[in-house]
Order: sequence, then structure tokens, then C-alpha cells
Amino acid sequence: MRVRVLYFASLRDEAGREDETLEVASGSFAQVYEAARVRHGFSLPRERLRVARNGAFAEWDEAANDGDEIAFIPPVSGG
Amino acid sequence: MSQQFRINEQAIDVPRLRDALLDHRAGAFASFEGWVRDHNDGHSVQRLRYESYVELAESEGARILEEAISRFAIVKAMAVHRIGDLELGELAVWVGVTAAHRDAAFLACRWIIDEIKARVPIWKQERYVDGDSEWLHPVA
Repeated sequence: MRVRVLYFASLRDEAGREDETLEVASGSFAQVYEAARVRHGFSLPRERLRVARNGAFAEWDEAANDGDEIAFIPPVSGG
Repeated sequence: MSQQFRINEQAIDVPRLRDALLDHRAGAFASFEGWVRDHNDGHSVQRLRYESYVELAESEGARILEEAISRFAIVKAMAVHRIGDLELGELAVWVGVTAAHRDAAFLACRWIIDEIKARVPIWKQERYVDGDSEWLHPVA
């Protein structure tokens, strides 16, 4: 399946891009992050991130669907 | 509207926000301003860059303000967070709350800024005097 992924802050710097389309095997958001982590050598472990699907927070064990826009959310530091 | 959360690329217009909160039911107004500071964690900071996942930040921020309205005896709540490049002394975040009485206004204002810092997808990059820079990803 094909998903669009969004990268922010240090993930964007490490990936060298703010988004991309990934062709991944069917699976959970956790598996999609693992594929992206291997591809870009992300230093943040998944345990420190949250995930969002199509603009809303989601759970890591939910299945990603073809066409999803998936955002990996590093620990936030607003304020 | 009794609450509004916004991500702003331009400077935050505080008098306009305060005016939008004026309400005859309110006898108290409390606000918080977060400013760009020249140091953090032993580093000399020259400027900050904030970025956000704006769509999710605005929905999560709105949820925080709705929760504040139901948790505290307040009349209105607004918050605005700046993104982009900010210089020392610039206003990064503003929270304003009105209530019939001051206790609820102070408590809700404090609660809202704490929740924004903990939950809203906004990231701060510190740019240091020595030329280095770093995204802050605090451990919860």
C-alpha cells in the first residue's frame, strides 16, 4: 500500500524532507514508522513519538490504510 | 464563541485578543505570555524557530480550551501560539482567560499553558550564539 508520511522538527531534519510517499507492506502505524526509521536512520525511538492519521491522533497498533496521511509526532516543545 | 485557539505566523496582537475577551459576565481576566529568552540549559540562545503541525495543533488546542471551559468556572478562553523565526523578547505564546472571579481565571490560565506545552504539536528549535542549533524534544 502507499501512504503519505509527514516529518516534523528533528525527524524532518534527519529525513531531509518534510513529507514523502512510502510504499509499505500492510501493517500497523508502528510498522510504518519502523520502515521510515530504517530508511532515514531516525534517532528517536517510536516509544517517544505519537502518531496521527489524517490530522487526528491515533494509536500505534492501529492498521494503516492505503492512502493515509500519517504524521510522526516527536516530543513537543511549544510554549 | 467562548474559546479559540490559533497558530499564528505573524506577531500576536495582544490588545485585539484582550478586547475579544471583554464580557460583562466577567469580573476577572488573567493572561500568560511566553517570551523568547536568551538562555536555556546552559546555552546562550540567539533566536528561536517554532514549527507546528498546524491542522492537528489547532484541533488539539481547541480541545484544551473546551476542556478548560468544562473544568473551571470561566467565561472565555483564548490562546495563540506563534510559529516561524522569533527574536529575543518576542511573544511566542499568549493565553487569556476571563471568569466571574479571579481564582478560576488564574487556575484555568495556568492549566491551559501547561496542557499546550504537553500536548500541542509545536516544536522549538534553539539557535545558539555559537552557531549551533537544536530541536527540543523533552522527555515527558
